[in-house]
Amino acid sequence: MTRALSVISAGPSVTVQDLGRTGFLAFGLSRGGAVDRLAIAEGAALLGQPVTHAALEMAGMGAVFEAHEDLRIALTGAPMRAQIDGQPLVWHASHLLPKGARLSIGPAISGVYGYLHLGGGIDSPRLLGAPSAHLTAGLGKAIKAGDTLPLAADDATRVGQVLDVADRFSGGTLRVVPSLQTGLFAQEQRDLFGSSSFVRDTRGNRMGVRMACDGPGFAVEGGLNVVSEVIVPGDIQVTGDGTPFVLLAESQTTGGYPRIGTVLPCDLPLAGQAPAGARIGFRFVDLAEAIDLERKFRLHIEGVPRQLEPLIRDPALMRDLMSYNFISGVTDGKTEA
Amino acid sequence: MNSAPQGSECAEFPLIRNVGIDGLLVSFGPSLSEPANRAALAFRAALEAVDGIEETSTSLISTYLRFDPLKVPHTDMQTRVEALLVTRDWTGADLPEGRRLFRIPTVYGTKLAPQLSEAAQVAGMSAEDAVSSLSQARVRVQTIGFAPGQPYLGALPEAWDIPRQQALTPVVPLGALVVAIRQLVLFSVTTPTGWRHVGQTAMRLFRPESDTPFVLRPGDEAIFDAVTPEALERMKTDPDGGATWEALR
Repeated sequence: MTRALSVISAGPSVTVQDLGRTGFLAFGLSRGGAVDRLAIAEGAALLGQPVTHAALEMAGMGAVFEAHEDLRIALTGAPMRAQIDGQPLVWHASHLLPKGARLSIGPAISGVYGYLHLGGGIDSPRLLGAPSAHLTAGLGKAIKAGDTLPLAADDATRVGQVLDVADRFSGGTLRVVPSLQTGLFAQEQRDLFGSSSFVRDTRGNRMGVRMACDGPGFAVEGGLNVVSEVIVPGDIQVTGDGTPFVLLAESQTTGGYPRIGTVLPCDLPLAGQAPAGARIGFRFVDLAEAIDLERKFRLHIEGVPRQLEPLIRDPALMRDLMSYNFISGVTDGKTEA
Repeated sequence: MNSAPQGSECAEFPLIRNVGIDGLLVSFGPSLSEPANRAALAFRAALEAVDGIEETSTSLISTYLRFDPLKVPHTDMQTRVEALLVTRDWTGADLPEGRRLFRIPTVYGTKLAPQLSEAAQVAGMSAEDAVSSLSQARVRVQTIGFAPGQPYLGALPEAWDIPRQQALTPVVPLGALVVAIRQLVLFSVTTPTGWRHVGQTAMRLFRPESDTPFVLRPGDEAIFDAVTPEALERMKTDPDGGATWEALR
């Protein structure tokens, strides 16, 4: 029988995601893939499998699943309330989901996008070279109750690993590199942008998130008549009413609203994970610093497998671990060990 | 060629600018023009031969390329791009081969395309004149972008040099024909937009499950013939939405 996971119920925005698809920009299709690409790397490390394996991305709210056989799972990204048959699970960790057991993943405690990784990866059909859903483009569908997710073979057995993950789930400062249209904004506009405090608006999805601020907003002379130009994930688009949007995985590939800068790839997980109401700031860095930060980010991702710690499985400690997790958004396996 | 400060207004072309940390944009003019559009398409094709480039695309007047700045430093990539730029006058390039002329049935105005009157007013003409102007215009696909398979088409007559709206329209449906800055966009997905929704077609431009997922290509031309809502309703079962096409030249 094919390995599979049944979906008993699902939140409104649960999709299969991976690192997306490249090569279709010229046809107007953006890369897509997981909003929090670091979470994909963390899940791969926890299960000891390639970073290319597809996982489930859950926006704000999880889902309930039933295993057809013993499965390895890992939970990453925005911490959510998770249980196996009523037993609380540590987030940022790998676990065994026994045959017939029910995995319940509830609302996000902090952050937005939680991820469920499965040993072997989700083996759903590929469209234009990748299994990930790109709902803005009409590729794939959100997961719903009654669905069965096919899983690829899993020859590994290790579970019970945990990662000490720095908080990227409650807003913060996003580092920005000047981009092709930054010069359209007057210097005082750029200075104001760098010194203003923003709040992640309730309006946000995989295309982008609105960052609201007090004051008149930002504008360029003739901004509504700028020729449409190339857009990349991380671009900060200023729409007609002066409010910036940070564009994410499912961004459009071109657009006419001027962009004041581009959020660095290493800060995009934080941008995407900031929940509604979280405080956001922007800080310009020059290209040399941005490249240096990108180098460090890639080294960090490469090093994630070396940061694994054994998960304490003593049920008496479980409650303490969970409460620690809820308060800080970070599970520190070392403290408990 | 120049690498002027980001966004410099008195720049000379071709102009090379950074896009984020891993992209370069080569622009062939300050505003939309046919030579700049042809140059962007031809230069993208030529970039295929340059080492270290991971992906390319075009916008209306620019060629975009993505590379890994940890493998190829920006200065090196810029040098490679500049070396290719000086090999010819790219604005003199021909349009791509295999172009086609599409005739796409379109309902103007009515509740299917509720911003026709508003757009006509901004363009300084009556709604009737707007339909006549838009349905007679023969426009060219200048680039595919924003959403999968979605064309920017132009150029419309001067009167249609109208700005985008201040605020986004939350949703326009697939097949919507929208207008701004002497251009039309025919939407391939349901999406928010800042352009005004003046026409509605039944054409599906993105067909991910088919052998040709993307129907239109840069260089193709189109005429959006006016039809009644009843006529369009009958075309809805056809993925081409009643559109027909023929090879050009």
